[in-house]
Amino acid sequence: MCGIVGLFLKDRTLEPRLGGMLTDMLVTMTDRGPDSAGIAIYGKESTGNAKLTVQSDTPDKDFAALAAELGAAIGANVTLRANDTHAVLELDSAKVEQARRAVRELRPGMRVMSDGAAIEIYKEVGLPKDVAERFSLSGMAGSHGIGHTRMATESAVTTEGAHPFNTGSDQCLVHNGSLSNHNALRRKLKREGVRVESMNDTEVGAAYLTWRMQRGATLGEALESSLEDLDGFFTFVVGTRDGFGVVRDPIACKPAVMAETDKYVAFGSEYRALVNLPGIDEARVWEPEPATVYFWSH
Amino acid sequence: MQIYDVAENGLRGLNATLQAQGKETNQTNWVVQNPKGSHAIAVGLDAPIDVTVKGSTGYYCAGMNQQAIVRVEGSVGPGVAENMLSGTVIVEGDASQYAGATGHGGLLVIKGNASSRCGISMKGIDIVVHGNIGHMSAFMAQAGNLVVCGDAGDALGDSLYEACLFVRGSVKSLGSDCIEKEMRPEHLELLKDLLERAGSDAKPEEFRRYGSARQLYNFDIDNAAAY
Repeated sequence: MCGIVGLFLKDRTLEPRLGGMLTDMLVTMTDRGPDSAGIAIYGKESTGNAKLTVQSDTPDKDFAALAAELGAAIGANVTLRANDTHAVLELDSAKVEQARRAVRELRPGMRVMSDGAAIEIYKEVGLPKDVAERFSLSGMAGSHGIGHTRMATESAVTTEGAHPFNTGSDQCLVHNGSLSNHNALRRKLKREGVRVESMNDTEVGAAYLTWRMQRGATLGEALESSLEDLDGFFTFVVGTRDGFGVVRDPIACKPAVMAETDKYVAFGSEYRALVNLPGIDEARVWEPEPATVYFWSH
Repeated sequence: MQIYDVAENGLRGLNATLQAQGKETNQTNWVVQNPKGSHAIAVGLDAPIDVTVKGSTGYYCAGMNQQAIVRVEGSVGPGVAENMLSGTVIVEGDASQYAGATGHGGLLVIKGNASSRCGISMKGIDIVVHGNIGHMSAFMAQAGNLVVCGDAGDALGDSLYEACLFVRGSVKSLGSDCIEKEMRPEHLELLKDLLERAGSDAKPEEFRRYGSARQLYNFDIDNAAAY
């Protein structure tokens, strides 16, 4: 199972409502994934700065002096915006890698969820409704976003097993399905020096895309080659700084529905997830073809 | 005409109400409002009633149908008319995967496209698709007719038994043991009737027929050593 939702706005006047619309879609997909939920939202950018979203199981303790300590460690101004177990650190975009390393040293128990100019990833264990509420997802604004509800099959129900996965700066991946060659691929990627932290199959898929892109592939090319190199079932939705993409494996057992109007492009594992979107009755609704990469960007 | 609003009265109530209609019911015309992509709309019907669903549905719409006519004014999710025994199901939009799977009888009409595995393991149902169908359609299809006015995807009719397949457009590839066969007068007659009943103006002469080469499922004495 697992449920995926995605919303890419063409009409900028809808941006303040993005979080609300995505939350409604996400909660509708609870039946497909009641274990955990997550959302990647592409929000406001500030020039020259990057956002590092971090997660802690003990946020009060970890976040208290983090901005100051991190700022001192990397020699730059850092601001911190806490949101339940997550916090968004804003800092000089040239210092992101340095900051990632510093966070690991300063707070070894904390996890980096994402980095990029626009992306923020929030994910936790629990019913999608509860996860959405604890992060106040419905109030978030943005140009596009992707959400996932998880029914775990390949690894434990944990925060790091939840989706989306950050695959590179401003990029993320969500997955419905199960990869069957993830153990072999994890070993191969580790030999190549790619960091894979959990036993989760999707994290391997995400690391695979990151690795391909580090070697010069575009995201489109990396997705094309995933059709060759990944074995198993998958419907992937990927987010980028200015758009989102969809690809299904050649057998295409995992469901997918898309809808497009002049105001948005939407993705849902089921049509149910799309029924409350404005103008859905007049939208072009279709099922994406197997083994075909789709992309929309601003 | 009876109107049932799913948003107001719930899905379970809809199916209980429709299934409670006996053969002699006077309430023969039903309109289902606000389906909103719900699963299992109008399943298990067994009465000569006419049900119109005003919108798109989720999984398994009109499954296990007997006698009833179910019309969907929208698209349907996976498994529409699965295991239908008799009656008619008409979809104005598209159908997702395994439309008409394992159906024993009746007529399924899809006015848009059907995706993968359309008519998988069909056992006597007639399926007419006005548009295209996806890959692995009519896999292990045993009996009945699948008529496609558009194109067919990869591996059409793989491991086919005795179902008849008619395609007007292109076939991306044929599955194991599926071959093109001669179109005889009785097939043109059959097609004419199915196309008429499905509201298609396609001409029977424009279609090609595909069927089983019967090499895969028949016991062959020359292969005795292999068993």
